[in-house]
Amino acid sequence: MNFWEFVGSRHQQLLTDAYQHASAVFQCMVVATVLGVLIGVATYRSEWAGNLATVTTSTVLTIPSLAMIGLLIPVVGLGVPPTVTALTLYGLLPVVRNAIVGLRGVDPALVDAARGIGMSRASRLLRVELPLAWPPILTGIRVSTQMLMGIAAIAAYASGPGLGNEIFRGIASLGSRNALNQVLAGTLGIIVLALLFDAAYVLLGRLTIPRGIRV
Amino acid sequence: MSETTASSAATGATIELENLTKRYPGNPQPAVDGVSMEIGAGETVVFVGPSGCGKSTTLKMINRLIEPTGGRIRIGGEDVTRIDPVKLRRKVGYAIQSSGLFPHMTVAQNIALVPQLNGWPKSRIRSRVEEMLDLVGLDPGEFRGRYPRQLSGGQQQRVGVARALAADPPVLLMDEPFGAVDPITRDHLQDELIRLQHELHKTIVFVTHDFDEAIKLGDRIAVLRERSHIAQFDTPEAILTNPADDFVSGFVGAGAALKRLNLTRVRDVGISDWPTVTVDDPLQHVLDRLRASGGNEILLVDKQGRPYKWLRRGDLMRAKGSLARAGTPVHYTVSRDATLRDALEAVLTDNAGRVAVTGRRGRYEGVVDMETLMNSVHELLEADRLDALEHQHDTEEAGSARAHSGQEGPDGSGGEAEKA
Repeated sequence: MNFWEFVGSRHQQLLTDAYQHASAVFQCMVVATVLGVLIGVATYRSEWAGNLATVTTSTVLTIPSLAMIGLLIPVVGLGVPPTVTALTLYGLLPVVRNAIVGLRGVDPALVDAARGIGMSRASRLLRVELPLAWPPILTGIRVSTQMLMGIAAIAAYASGPGLGNEIFRGIASLGSRNALNQVLAGTLGIIVLALLFDAAYVLLGRLTIPRGIRV
Repeated sequence: MSETTASSAATGATIELENLTKRYPGNPQPAVDGVSMEIGAGETVVFVGPSGCGKSTTLKMINRLIEPTGGRIRIGGEDVTRIDPVKLRRKVGYAIQSSGLFPHMTVAQNIALVPQLNGWPKSRIRSRVEEMLDLVGLDPGEFRGRYPRQLSGGQQQRVGVARALAADPPVLLMDEPFGAVDPITRDHLQDELIRLQHELHKTIVFVTHDFDEAIKLGDRIAVLRERSHIAQFDTPEAILTNPADDFVSGFVGAGAALKRLNLTRVRDVGISDWPTVTVDDPLQHVLDRLRASGGNEILLVDKQGRPYKWLRRGDLMRAKGSLARAGTPVHYTVSRDATLRDALEAVLTDNAGRVAVTGRRGRYEGVVDMETLMNSVHELLEADRLDALEHQHDTEEAGSARAHSGQEGPDGSGGEAEKA
């Protein structure tokens, strides 16, 4: 059985895995974005708090993903919980860092102007600072998503959802007839998903970054 | 329409600063040391001084972008030192250097910001945006949808002023607003501001380090030295003719008499009539006028009444009677709103020492020459000198009165500031 025949015969299973993979990454990314931007907003004004947030999140990133999931199993159990926790934690760093850099990069003269014309703290943040910091934040989200695509594959180790299951099953049965096909299908599926997500982000950028600050 | 807007528009409010002080922690010297000042409604006051003298800090304390450490601010009689700063700033327009426009918003969105924050209805905001763009001389149809980066520096600055004025605040603070544009544009913007102020009568506090700008724009000028101590607070005329001390005269710089020319407009001095003929007049009529005028030169105006050529005796003969070839074209004209300095410049450049004055649409209105200018300048300087003498007399009296009351007992806040 060659690769295409394999994909043809298993497409039901592959599509389900791909859908679960994408859905897990997407949902974790939403949570990571919300958390990351909130952390950024809470910390960017203070030198040490901002640095603390960046250092903490990058420390998380240095933990090998297999170890992280392994360590989470005794705490949150098997299946979806360790996957979601790990993915969200890994997704935080690029978002937090870019949110802080982006918010700090807003021209102080503009913030001053915003204060000067009588905008409250909240409206300054929502209408001036966040929109201006949005392009770097979006870049952070893109980087995070690419990263999570790969990391999500490891989740299968903890019986999590996604294309990682194909890869792990293939590796477990190395030497058997469809082992290589399974690994290949899982890997290629992840690559295709990553490209699709990236295209979606380009479109999102087009739609959400105002023409006045598009480069 | 202009009438209704004029009546609904809020005109200026008074600003009183009382012993306004700013100290930064860790610095024994205050950055701004007890500024007291009264600014009348509808007045334009310019703070001028060397960099780092605290003029900008003083300005920013008026809308409390910088919170004063001591003293009191009253706008329109209301004490605003303790009210919610956001509420205060909605009533005080603020324009800064390099416009401060938000790059992610269109021109219309930028201008609409403050009215939106104030909760105006949409339709009113829309018409207000158009009105403001018109006011600052930008075509709403063309500029409404543009982003700031699609505008020139001068246009951005106009939009910045439009945004500051959008919610119709009685007070406008301008922090070196024209500092970052080229000299020609700056000149235009200054003229525009004068015109605007003529229509709106806001109370404007303007910060600059350019004394010529201060003279041009200010009803009164506050010359500030370090820590925002007021070296002199007076009309431009008085500062030019009678600087309070060496610091002020150093800041005024050389050529005070020349600068004085900037303060008077051509329309304020006598312009003389000059014999004119139009290009359509028959040749005989032109010759008659030349002879009848007594002088040796007449002005030829074109069909729209604009100065066209200077004709001298003999020019026509040399050109063999052809009006088209005779005479020297008019290179320089000045408008009635031009300053005497512009007029002097034109008169000096012109080889015959006179220049045609034009009114609306460039139509001929009269002529100024060297003699008129000289006489008016002498009169002006003489009048200034008399004013200054009188003024000096007044301030001396006031000063001795103040010193007297000061000895009797300093009021609480003043004494506290001195001790701290």
